[in-house]
Amino acid sequence: MGLQRSEEELAGKSRKAQLVQVSKNYRSVIRACMEDMHQAAVSSRDPALQGQYSTQVSILSAMELIWNLCEILFVEAATAGPLLLRLLDWVRLHVCDVDSMVREVLSSESPSKHKLFWNVVDVFVLQGRMDEARHLLSKEASANPASMNMYKILDDLMKKMPVPSLGNTQTLTELELKWQHWHEECQRYLQDGTFASNPHMESICKILLGDEDAILEKKELMTTWYHFLVTRLLYSHPTVKPMELRFYAQSSMDLFLGGESSPEPLDLILMAAFEFEMHQVIKECSIVLSNWWFVAHLTDLLDHCKLLQSHNLYFGSNMREFLLLEYASGLFSHHSLWQLGVDYFDHCPQFGRVYLELHIERVPLSTEQKALKVLRICEQRQMHEQVRSICKIMAMKALRNNRLGSALSWSIRAKDAAFATLISDRFLKDYCEKGCFSDLDLIDNLGPSMLLSDRLTFLGKYREFHRLYGEKRFAEAARLLLTLMTAHIAPCSFWMTLLTDALPLLEQKEVIFSAEQTYELMRCLEDLTAGNPDKQKFQDDDVETTKVEMLRLALARNLARVIVKEGTVEGS
Amino acid sequence: MFVARSIAADHRDLIHDVSFDFHGRRMATCSSDQSVKVWDKSENGDWHCTASWKTHSGSVWRVTWAHPEFGQVLASCSFDRTAAVWEEIVGESNDKLRGQSHWVKRTTLVDSRTSVTDVKFAPKHMGLMLATCSADGVVRIYEAPDVMNLSQWSLQHEISCKLSCSCISWNPSSSRAHSPMIAVGSDDNSPNILAKVQIYEYNENTRKYAKAEALMTVTDPVHDIAFAPNLGRSFHILAVATKDVRIFTLKPLRKELTSSGGLTKFEIHIVAQFDNHNSQVWRVSWNITGTVLASSGDDGCVRLWKANYMDNWKCTGILKGNGSPVNGSSQQGIFNASLGSANTSLQNSLNGSSASRKQS
Repeated sequence: MGLQRSEEELAGKSRKAQLVQVSKNYRSVIRACMEDMHQAAVSSRDPALQGQYSTQVSILSAMELIWNLCEILFVEAATAGPLLLRLLDWVRLHVCDVDSMVREVLSSESPSKHKLFWNVVDVFVLQGRMDEARHLLSKEASANPASMNMYKILDDLMKKMPVPSLGNTQTLTELELKWQHWHEECQRYLQDGTFASNPHMESICKILLGDEDAILEKKELMTTWYHFLVTRLLYSHPTVKPMELRFYAQSSMDLFLGGESSPEPLDLILMAAFEFEMHQVIKECSIVLSNWWFVAHLTDLLDHCKLLQSHNLYFGSNMREFLLLEYASGLFSHHSLWQLGVDYFDHCPQFGRVYLELHIERVPLSTEQKALKVLRICEQRQMHEQVRSICKIMAMKALRNNRLGSALSWSIRAKDAAFATLISDRFLKDYCEKGCFSDLDLIDNLGPSMLLSDRLTFLGKYREFHRLYGEKRFAEAARLLLTLMTAHIAPCSFWMTLLTDALPLLEQKEVIFSAEQTYELMRCLEDLTAGNPDKQKFQDDDVETTKVEMLRLALARNLARVIVKEGTVEGS
Repeated sequence: MFVARSIAADHRDLIHDVSFDFHGRRMATCSSDQSVKVWDKSENGDWHCTASWKTHSGSVWRVTWAHPEFGQVLASCSFDRTAAVWEEIVGESNDKLRGQSHWVKRTTLVDSRTSVTDVKFAPKHMGLMLATCSADGVVRIYEAPDVMNLSQWSLQHEISCKLSCSCISWNPSSSRAHSPMIAVGSDDNSPNILAKVQIYEYNENTRKYAKAEALMTVTDPVHDIAFAPNLGRSFHILAVATKDVRIFTLKPLRKELTSSGGLTKFEIHIVAQFDNHNSQVWRVSWNITGTVLASSGDDGCVRLWKANYMDNWKCTGILKGNGSPVNGSSQQGIFNASLGSANTSLQNSLNGSSASRKQS
């Protein structure tokens, strides 16, 4: 992620350093995984599980090997000189089969007597670890004074060997010159037969001279062709240029494998890297690796190094996006990792948004929190259709489970007026049947969202009426009740109920409705009964007729009282 | 990496269709035993049967889910010449404890005079609408104007395809640039060279569905057909299951300005044809993004097809009917070849599974 964000920032050298740092971070992540896996493998007692973990460890280590090489060749783009040093580091880090042997010899009482002593010296020499080799040799020399002379010469040669330096203390030409001299000196000693009596030392001298056969003899100590490659380069072409690597790589692999075995996929990937065929590397990795993490992230990194584009304009950026889309899509099927997928999609300029839209809709909305999380993501990105859809789905679910309050709040969030009307109707129906409201909190706190639908507004206001009545604020309640009918906020079907609600207000000791209001109420009642097509129904239904009559009576009585009250002059 | 899980379905006869709901956590199966079963996936990934009931008086050929915006709704179609719409009723609390739910029939669509071979809901932006197709070659499109009232469906269109129909697929594209479109496949066996895939498009002016295209190159019986989800592409992708797997692209050309107005002409290309199943291919199904196609065939295998970034389609996985991977399927290597994404994003149906066992 940090890589994506640093897009516009530093340029030039510091940018490169940053990219290398990012690459190192990736590698340390891989290493950390390896460690965990290794721990798991070691501590697990189930052999099948152990096998699985070990496979994972080997996959991860191969991944790190490849990544490291790519970092050296592509990200850091090491030039001739430092290139060799980096490759040496790379080999030392990754060829660890010999480590146990080394430890064994070093920790023994008299290392020079150990049967594997010379193997370890050879290993050091092959890996260019001159100081360690010399240190061991000194032990041999002290134990075996007869070869003191030979030892001194060899030690000297090894000490003087010119190697590329990291700083700018010498140019390549200087290095080459020095190296040429040194090479000739070694040659002289060998030809003079200085080391003739000690085959081990003689072979070391041959190695120093870059004698391929001598190096190849130590195949088992090198274990891989790329180790062989680096050793060869160290002792015959230390100033190798990046572009020359491919030739040496190919011949090294051929010589090392010697036609006995064919290259494995890992070898092919590394070879492609040495040939600077980035696309080939990615392609081979895609085929061979079982998940997209590696290729997606590596491609992204290379893309940021502006390396992919220079190769092939059409595919460069598309491939990065293609791989990232693949990887992120895979994340979405995970119950919690899907959230990471969102970030990835955000950074895919072409298809990221539409992929995200499609995937985010399908995230199972198992809990309200999850739904809210998903919604937040959609809202942040102005994915209005997805917001509406998700809210609708939640509202539907709530409605089916008769959780009207929840359904209502979801439909408000979805801005779905039709649905809100439907739910409000349900609320009102419930009220008529049960005589009380559920989810009072919600209705009381609707606020401006009340205006989403007329029915909803009515519901809110009606509830307010009840509240006012409960707080004995009768005058306000009365006014509200009247407004509900006269402003046509209330549906006609509800007028009867409203008028019935007016009854207790009419029956109060105090006069609440003014004359005008009473006239209004009467008008409403008449409208209701007169213009009602179900007049028949009204007349037949005794309860209804009684209600109407009671209302008429109450209204008339109220009118009488209010006329008197309003006509009375106060205080007389 | 594929993980295959077997579920003992307990259907008493052949299972003809399997359908996942929108979120991939519910599944419906239908069978020749005339019943439909609904399965729910629990938190730990196990599937439990939460409903099983008799739906028709003949073999049930297909079952399909409506979009969850309309609630928990299923449609089924059968040899008994009817299609039915079902809604889940939230049960009593003790039912819930037992993990059972009830489905009630909301409507029966009886207009067909022959076996109804497929039923599919239209994309949600078209409202609550579904299409059925019958063995007598008629495609019927129904709509429920009130989405809260699932018992009122009206027959909006009847399309006569002249060939016995076996499958339909709605184009899921919700772009306003595309009119509603439905593809119809035919398994007509009589020896003729008539196109077995027809595309019908809704014409705004005539307010009717009219035939827009016929895929002349498909002359063998078609068993399944599926439009791919549209990722903002200007063209459509259609997969056909016939004697092999075929993938077509349909690029709309400029609408002809004829007097009837607005009928799109398409440029049709076949972008892939695979006969790896070496037998009849019965089902094709796309993943959410329309990037992976799954196909199943009489060789008892499920194959997965994917296009790389150069638009070359390749097989990326093979699964045997019993869930085991096939050796030498894709590429060898140190690491296992796979698709990398979990299976839940794929919704696949296997046809003709045997009586009591069904794989997912």
